[in-house]
Amino acid sequence: MNEENQVFFIDSDALSPEALERKHKLEQDPNFRTNHMEYMQGMEVIESDIKDLVLAAAEGYDYSNYTSADVMRALSNDTCSIEDFKALLSPAAAPFLEQMARKAEEITKNHFGNTVYIFTPLYIANYCQNYCVYCGFNCYNNIRRKKLSFEEIEHEMQVISKTGMEEILMLTGESRTYSDVKYIGEAVKIARKYFRNIGVEIYPVNVDEYKYLHECGVDYVTVFQETYNPDKYETLHLLGHKRVWPYRFDAQERALMGGMRGAGFSALLGLDDFRKDALATALHVHYINRRYPHAELSLSCPRLRPIVNNDKINPNDVGEKELCQILCAYRIFLPFVGITVSSRESAEFRNGITKICATKVSAGVSTGIGDHEEKYEGGCAEEADAGDEQFEINDSRSFENMYHDMEQGGLQPVLNDYIYV
Amino acid sequence: MEDKFILGGKEFNSRFILGSGKYNINLIKAAVEQGGAEIITLALRRANTQDSENILDYIPKGVTLLPNTSGARNAEEAVRIARLSRAMGCGDFVKVEIMRDAKYLFPDNQETIKATEILAKEGFVVLPYMNPDLNVARDLQNAGAAAVMPLAAPIGSNKGLATKAMIQVLIDEIDLPIIVDAGIGKPSQACEAMEMGAAAIMANTAIATAGNVPEMAEAFKLAIQAGRKAYLTGMGRVLARGGSASDPLTGFLR
Repeated sequence: MNEENQVFFIDSDALSPEALERKHKLEQDPNFRTNHMEYMQGMEVIESDIKDLVLAAAEGYDYSNYTSADVMRALSNDTCSIEDFKALLSPAAAPFLEQMARKAEEITKNHFGNTVYIFTPLYIANYCQNYCVYCGFNCYNNIRRKKLSFEEIEHEMQVISKTGMEEILMLTGESRTYSDVKYIGEAVKIARKYFRNIGVEIYPVNVDEYKYLHECGVDYVTVFQETYNPDKYETLHLLGHKRVWPYRFDAQERALMGGMRGAGFSALLGLDDFRKDALATALHVHYINRRYPHAELSLSCPRLRPIVNNDKINPNDVGEKELCQILCAYRIFLPFVGITVSSRESAEFRNGITKICATKVSAGVSTGIGDHEEKYEGGCAEEADAGDEQFEINDSRSFENMYHDMEQGGLQPVLNDYIYV
Repeated sequence: MEDKFILGGKEFNSRFILGSGKYNINLIKAAVEQGGAEIITLALRRANTQDSENILDYIPKGVTLLPNTSGARNAEEAVRIARLSRAMGCGDFVKVEIMRDAKYLFPDNQETIKATEILAKEGFVVLPYMNPDLNVARDLQNAGAAAVMPLAAPIGSNKGLATKAMIQVLIDEIDLPIIVDAGIGKPSQACEAMEMGAAAIMANTAIATAGNVPEMAEAFKLAIQAGRKAYLTGMGRVLARGGSASDPLTGFLR
């Protein structure tokens, strides 16, 4: 039944026979799993037609229908329609990659000049109650778990802020039990002392909880939909609240309703048909912009990476050329959105793509828990005390090196372009 | 003949307001010097930064700072940012920018009028960025604005004087300096706006994205000077295509 996902399934000796049996049942028997389209208790339902619009467009997208004539028309148009965008995402656009890059570069320059934003993520906990088969934090993966105390959070933030970084993205594993909203809110209040701009990438929450986090100092909320294909999603997110596809889909909208200034979107490329997922991601942004024109929106473009205990995970058919095509198409279709390229990509790719269309890169990245002092300053943290990483990063450049490399590339690094009002 | 540009009680020789965003901050000094700019805009949200790259350190002495309220989504936020700017020592000038549209970054005229009124009462020299509309410009004047800054085209679009007819109405009807802001993509477009009677030009993207930032700043300076001179001199007659009809329509009159 689930052979295509076999690469993800890793058993651990640490699991009890009962846990192992349950894990196997979840993997093999769809009937053992809950209905992924049904909201769980406590999940807020909002009125929104965006899901239906995005789903219909992705389902109806047959990219093999597009020709080079469609691509050329898209490239010559002043504004990019949804049809143009579909052409740019199609295989027919592959031979036009250089032209797409030129157009994307011009649009990026007009909207962002030659600036590039630098930020860093900070994971404060890696406990997770979900079984998402490709993720290092999944509840069946045998990793060192950790949740930072407030003192530890403050210490990590001091170490990061000493480098000069001003924007932070705070992340947790998805566990309401271990990392409840109050815990995250208190951590944000600490971050306010050290950083100008605070975003979160946490489990989706209700409008009133986003409102609370906003009052604590958060202004940006990023939620990755992973894949916009609910049928595929169901086979990858086997257990936990994350399994509920529609609640996750509406997260950005709830965040904006809760008063957040902006929201980030993404599919995890390589999980499903990447062209359909890229189309759905951009349309999600497009429709949110139409309903919330004031919101500052951004796109990310993560590809699958190896995780602790499973080095076989890879981005499948999404090579660097495909990724570049997607990002150029995003830029041409959505000239005004921020595009973030994470440390999952190589230094060479990030140096190149920031000259074309990416506007934001992370630096000094750790996806582990509580190891910044060790990674930034060397030595003193007890290795055994840190929590394991979510995935293996590729570009491990420090903040200082990234700043330097971006300047060398003719770009102006910007650490903050934001004011909390 | 002396031709001073007077704004908020201050005299300026240059009618070129230079933006400071979108390009390397270490080019600011050269751009100011070569462009002869005496006023430079500054997004407070960029200035609000730690020591490592504080844009304020890159702005030459003697240049008047024009902080803007970008990031504000309503009048209340704009007022808060303006007050913060004054508290940070950025002076009394403020460009009110209020946007609730992330795609085109169009200014919100209604909220801009509200913020202008509050800030003018607090003694700020208020320069509101606006969508060119005669009634709004009158309201801004009544609210105490020191000038009006209509957009020529969507910001960053380099499309030139897309709102030319509307800007001409403001120049003809409003007793304040009209500073054309946003969308000016080339020196020739800046020149054209000055020929129409604009008091000054604000430009950023066109210069920031040029091959050589200080050189393009100079090109703008020259174009603005040319346009101003043409306006002051009085434009010559420009004939419609083909010249005048040879047989006068009124030839039958005795």
